[in-house]
Amino acid sequence: MSKFEFPKSIASRPVWGTLEFRSGEHHLMIAEAEGAEAVLDIATPDLMAKTHIIYIPRGTDYADKLRALTPAQFYEGPSYGAALPRIRRVLEDAHMGLQVYLTGTEGMMGQAMNEAMAVGLPHTAIQTEHRGSTARRMQCVHCKGITEDVEVDPFVCSHCGLNLFVRDHYSRRHAAYQGVRVDAEDHGNVPEPKGIYE
Amino acid sequence: MSGAEKIQVKVTEITPLNELVTRFRFERVDGGQLPTFSGGAHTVVEMQDGGITRLNPYSLMSDPFEQSSYTISVRRDDQGRGGSLFMHRQVKLGDEMTISYPVNLFSLDLRARKHLFLAGGIGITPFLAQIKQLDVLHGQWELHYACRNQALASYADELAERHPHETHIYYDDQKQAIDLKGLLNGQPLGTHVYVCGPKGMIDWVCNTAQAQGWPADCIHYEEFLAPQPGKPFEVHLKASGKTVYVGEHESLLEAIEREGVDAPYLCRGGACGQCETVVLDHEGNFVHRDHWLTDEEKAAGKKIMPCVSRFEGKSLVLDR
Repeated sequence: MSKFEFPKSIASRPVWGTLEFRSGEHHLMIAEAEGAEAVLDIATPDLMAKTHIIYIPRGTDYADKLRALTPAQFYEGPSYGAALPRIRRVLEDAHMGLQVYLTGTEGMMGQAMNEAMAVGLPHTAIQTEHRGSTARRMQCVHCKGITEDVEVDPFVCSHCGLNLFVRDHYSRRHAAYQGVRVDAEDHGNVPEPKGIYE
Repeated sequence: MSGAEKIQVKVTEITPLNELVTRFRFERVDGGQLPTFSGGAHTVVEMQDGGITRLNPYSLMSDPFEQSSYTISVRRDDQGRGGSLFMHRQVKLGDEMTISYPVNLFSLDLRARKHLFLAGGIGITPFLAQIKQLDVLHGQWELHYACRNQALASYADELAERHPHETHIYYDDQKQAIDLKGLLNGQPLGTHVYVCGPKGMIDWVCNTAQAQGWPADCIHYEEFLAPQPGKPFEVHLKASGKTVYVGEHESLLEAIEREGVDAPYLCRGGACGQCETVVLDHEGNFVHRDHWLTDEEKAAGKKIMPCVSRFEGKSLVLDR
């Protein structure tokens, strides 16, 4: 099962939705890994005739199933970074009436949402659905470096090496949760890491 | 005292533009500067018309950064309640009047990459100020302005001359109409649409944009409703301990004010939400006419907007 119920948290924490069809002239769907299942769930022939799917497998294999939907355009890229130039180009050329659907990890959805907002789409107009990994994209509040796919709390900053506590405090601008030094007052006193939702 | 803060002004220029529209210039009585505002803002003009105090909102059309004077354009409505007729017939050069500080319920969304303006008739006025604001900000915009005919096309020539590439004028009597679907379809991502004009035009633009997949947050409209006459009714104001009779030609808000009860308000046109009042008890039907309450709230009968809405029935008790 690719769905996960996030525990209730502070107001800063993003609340992801469930994709649904919305009328529009064109549709852009960005699916990362198990996010492909969310696309399969809402796909209809009429919708797919106007849809550009960007699929980032990250070890999953939904490409054949997605291709079988015969979307207007289909692209498969090895990573979000690799797909980014295409995402930017599609958004740059798009007209009003485009519907944007994002599904996959929180990190991907947050970053892609920023791209859509950068071309002037209000964040309220962008649909999201979390699927697959619950790993987080974390920003170290000390060195500002981003560590991707963090699954445990605390974790070691991949840039400055500090031990960071995983907070629910989220930055839409950075598309990342904030990591704060866990042993700031008592250096070396670092709790045993465990899964973020354990 | 409710409403936005007041400014004492004198009328320093009255310019008839055409058969229906006249422009008024206001300057401060004390010679000081007026506040700057943002394009789309309106001011509420107080009119002492015999025994009646009329308070009508008008869009500010002057340059938002110009502090020496404000201008408004008033379209004469012979079927209206008398505010525009008062402005046209009673107001003379040099008259002192009271206006409110600017209030903006129709501001530009500056996150937009492009602003698409659709005006119908006198609905052009808020856009005149917004266009001046965007000139300074170097914003991208486009105006589509529908008028009955050339003679009534207020400011059309001036706009076409100053902004020939951005301005598109349509004359009803020449069977010219905005190709709305095509226009909306061709807009780059990040465009916001703004419409001001008759109700039919506002509905047409909002519905078409929504059907074509425009996000609700990218669709902006302004329609000042004038209170409509209706059957007289009685209302009990519990907090003030007064029972007020609302006449056929006055609004519930006006009746409350007439009795000396200070009730909050800003736009007096059903748009801003400031006058929202709690209904404590009622036996009868509401005539909700505002743009503020949701359909669910209107059906629930727990709130009323006294600036434009009325009541028909046996009894109404408000928490005011």
